[in-house]
Amino acid sequence: MPRFLARRLLLTIPVLFFVSLIVFAIVALIPGDPARIMLGEEASREALEGLRKEMGLNRPLAVRYVIWIGHVLRGDLGRSVRDGRPVLETMAQKIPVTAELAITSIVVAWAIAIPMGVLAAWKRRTVVDYAATTVALTGISIPNFWLGIMLIYLLAVNHRLLPPSGYIEPWIDLSRNLRLMVMPSIVLGTALAALVMRLLRSSMIEVLSTDYIRTARAKGLADRGVLLRHAMKNAMIPVATIMGLQLGGLLGGAVITETIFSVPGIGRLAIEAILTRDYPMVQGVVLFAATAVVLVNVAVDLVYALLDPRIRLEEAA
Amino acid sequence: MRHPAAQAALPGDTVVALPVSRNRGFRYLLRRYARNRLALVGLWVVLLIVGLAVFAPWVTQYSPIKPDFFNTLKPPDHAHVMGTDDLGRDVLSRVIFGTRTSLLAGVISVGIAVLIGLPVGLVSGFYRGRLDDVLMRVTDAMLSFPFLVLALAITAALGTGLGKAMIAIGIVFTPQFIRLARGQVLSEREQNYVEAARGLGAGDTRIIRRHILPNILSPVFVQASLATAAAITAEAALSFLGLGTQPPTPSWGSMLNIAQAYLGSAPWMALWPGLAIFITVLAINLTGDGLREALDPRLR
Repeated sequence: MPRFLARRLLLTIPVLFFVSLIVFAIVALIPGDPARIMLGEEASREALEGLRKEMGLNRPLAVRYVIWIGHVLRGDLGRSVRDGRPVLETMAQKIPVTAELAITSIVVAWAIAIPMGVLAAWKRRTVVDYAATTVALTGISIPNFWLGIMLIYLLAVNHRLLPPSGYIEPWIDLSRNLRLMVMPSIVLGTALAALVMRLLRSSMIEVLSTDYIRTARAKGLADRGVLLRHAMKNAMIPVATIMGLQLGGLLGGAVITETIFSVPGIGRLAIEAILTRDYPMVQGVVLFAATAVVLVNVAVDLVYALLDPRIRLEEAA
Repeated sequence: MRHPAAQAALPGDTVVALPVSRNRGFRYLLRRYARNRLALVGLWVVLLIVGLAVFAPWVTQYSPIKPDFFNTLKPPDHAHVMGTDDLGRDVLSRVIFGTRTSLLAGVISVGIAVLIGLPVGLVSGFYRGRLDDVLMRVTDAMLSFPFLVLALAITAALGTGLGKAMIAIGIVFTPQFIRLARGQVLSEREQNYVEAARGLGAGDTRIIRRHILPNILSPVFVQASLATAAAITAEAALSFLGLGTQPPTPSWGSMLNIAQAYLGSAPWMALWPGLAIFITVLAINLTGDGLREALDPRLR
């Protein structure tokens, strides 16, 4: 296991190196003078010079990258061009909000996807299966920003069942927090539910055709027992292994969802930073998103290897 | 699906008349595709949308851009079937003209991704070695970024506008085509027909272009069709966030962006463009899924 862990972590280093290069390139790609673009046409010469110096814009690209990555590795992502606050500090405030939204969305997604995926596989090639597959395809095709707007119209504007948008910390008012989270979680959870359902359906079909399931049935176990106790455990493995992909989808979707529902999380921070050309903030958020996905993938691989010794043996061979 | 040229390349084989064989293959493909009813419906809807995009000026009654301040926020009626927007423009005309923006964005962004991804993947998979290692780590890194976040970041650097949004989406989609092409080449390069071509004296470029490329096009085509649906959603998302197509050009995403402010008084402004994105993306997804089923030998 330590060898597997070391190998997996070593493979992560070049990926993270290229991630950092891409994030750095975002500012390097800006046509013209980044300082002027960030501060606007009316900025004073002193302010422009100050920013150029702070960002090291007068130096060669390679030198700028080395300085930037040096700061990043020490936890210094720079300061916001807009309010002068450290990028990391602002992000640390927003991450818990997005984390809450991600968790509630996963709950919504799994609550829809798991029963639907299992049922579709169990009742393969029946009306139930076709209905579930059609719902999943609809979930993948429906644009989340439209779904969000329509939910606000139906549930908040028309029927006044839920507050349209906003956020309140759970420790201040838990009930209002949950009511505010319902629509964003449905919007963010729908696409994920479709993905999980399709994957679970196909892995369940595969598991249901294995010998050990036939044995369980031959022993006279009830359908429910076979499904829940025997088949589910193995069918869920592929679903768990795409956690990194799921997290990527959630973080991308959070940009849209948080903007529509005015949730002050990392996604809305990204959009505000882009619209105000606050590049250090853009870099910070993008770097965080990619690093989170890479690290979740490593964690998933490790858990997977812990659960399934064959993976370790294959790697060692 | 093995290209007919592959069989023809084997030494000692009789020469196959390519046009006839190709035609037969295409007819067989069509027959297989037509068996999937949903895919057929999807294809018809896609053709209808393409038709609307091409003939937009002839099928619409009103200008999609010119404001009409005497008719603002009118609910759907005989004159304006989908109502009018905040500037009095006919929503139906804007939705129909919006098909042009969406299809253009889908096709061009995916075109950029294929044009970069396919050759890079071909070379990477064919030659392997250090170049392949580096390219794979770069694609790993690019695939680590949540796709919309990377598209937004690139748009942040390049600036707003439809053209820049298409470039950003194209760049973000490139790694999946590099990966796909590389994976296909890795299995094709070990095939007998490649060895046969090499034995007959064909150089690397000829082997890649004339023998391997035609054999890996089917999965690339399927992936491209599914990516087009994702690219259309991505363009709409960028325009919705104010970073893609800029007003007054009709785009479904920017129409939804404006519609948010009038949700209480003019919900039709949000309903139709969203429905248009949904139907288009669903139809392309159905077509892509049908193509995959028709082309994938394992699903036969």
